Amino acid sequence: MTLLNPQQLDAEALYATLLADVRAGLAGVADVAIVGIHSGGAWLAERLAADLGLTERCGVLDVSFYRDDYAKKGLPADVKPTRINFDVNAATILLVDDVLYTGRTTRAALNELFDYGRPARIMLAALVDRGERQLPVAADFVAAHVRVEAGKALVLQQSDDGKFTLTIDQA
Amino acid sequence: MLNPQLNKHGELQHLLSIEGLPKSILNHILDTASSFVGISDRDVKKVPLMRGKSVFNLFFENSTRTRTTFEIAAKRLSADVINLNIQASSASKGESLLDTIDNLSAMHADMFVVRHAQSGAPYLIAKHLQDTGQSHVHVVNAGDGRHAHPTQGLLDMYTIRHYKKDFTNLTVAIVGDILHSRVARSDIHALTTLGVPEVRAIGPHTLLPGGLEQMGVRTFTNMDEGLKGVDVIIMLRLQNERMSGALLPSAQEYFKSYGLTPERLALAKPDAIVMHPGPMNRGVEIDSAVADGPQAVILPQVTFGIAVRMAVMSIVAGTQA
Repeated sequence: MTLLNPQQLDAEALYATLLADVRAGLAGVADVAIVGIHSGGAWLAERLAADLGLTERCGVLDVSFYRDDYAKKGLPADVKPTRINFDVNAATILLVDDVLYTGRTTRAALNELFDYGRPARIMLAALVDRGERQLPVAADFVAAHVRVEAGKALVLQQSDDGKFTLTIDQA
Repeated sequence: MLNPQLNKHGELQHLLSIEGLPKSILNHILDTASSFVGISDRDVKKVPLMRGKSVFNLFFENSTRTRTTFEIAAKRLSADVINLNIQASSASKGESLLDTIDNLSAMHADMFVVRHAQSGAPYLIAKHLQDTGQSHVHVVNAGDGRHAHPTQGLLDMYTIRHYKKDFTNLTVAIVGDILHSRVARSDIHALTTLGVPEVRAIGPHTLLPGGLEQMGVRTFTNMDEGLKGVDVIIMLRLQNERMSGALLPSAQEYFKSYGLTPERLALAKPDAIVMHPGPMNRGVEIDSAVADGPQAVILPQVTFGIAVRMAVMSIVAGTQA
């Protein structure tokens, strides 16, 4: 496991690594579906689904209604509808996020998924893992581990032609 | 002027009226509502946002649809809901409105959903909570007198946006008893704020209040003229219980001049939608053939009302004082 500088991150190369790992990891698994967490995770999920031939079984989650900071921060201004058009029951769901950090978003996503049914298994994929977990959450597939200063946000962006970049923003 | 619905950051702390709310807040509510619509199609029709919160439905005036949809909305947000039939309890024993509020606050209420026959009652409650150091308790107006019915206004906007996509090229007609209608007032404020270029009010002189032109509304006493080319028709209930004096000759006469029949509906655009806040008086303001016809979206309005009320409650409850 290599620890990269955020400046060294080539999001397209990381995506290729993630895709290869996911393809190998899900080989032979039945009833696979992919669910991305809005917004970066949703872009990744859509591209993974296209590359893996799973576009019919791809969904998107907005975890705003399941977050643990609602009492402190209220509802965000840009909640997007969650869209899951396949049967969650007995499926193996690959949950996809762009950046894995505290684990709180993952927890919210798991809770939301279970309100759609009882999956056989949920696996977690993230493009990058920046550590600093606050909950016992671990990813099954990660393309890179990075250290980012507290107070800064690592943000995935997608250009019009679908290419990914990672940038560091002041949170 | 300070808007008592907003906190110092301009966020929605109470929903008392659509009047004075910026377009951005109306759009935030409508956008959030669209994310709540899908919840009702799931196995588990709940989200945990308001877990552990207590919502008190205070209906000082009768209502079935509004009270029920507020109750369902609160339950789908995982709140505990307490319905008080005030008419049959404290108020009839002589307790004042604010004493009732203080007692319920002492039971750790987090939100009051208030319907009252007196215009301004929800404002009085919100101000009282502020003045007594209880500004963490939120107030949602579920209809006050002739003044406002903001969640009905918002669900009407949601319905229009759902079917027509864009507000900025529409002609909307509100037909009937505008004088007594808090729904009409809330609709007019919402429609003009959201950029509808032409809002029409259609009704007899006796039921058209003064000042509509100043609100940017065109008035018509001839229904056939008023309906020409409209995209949306909002019918209002003839409110017999609010009628005092001889404002109308009879319900039959009213239907002749202002009832929405298939023939009159044909004057509107072919894809016009027909709305009604309910309860409907068939044969008084609307013909059954229209109410049950393909252009009526009256039942979808009820369904959307749940998502809109979920949005309002979750936005308001998440706003700090």
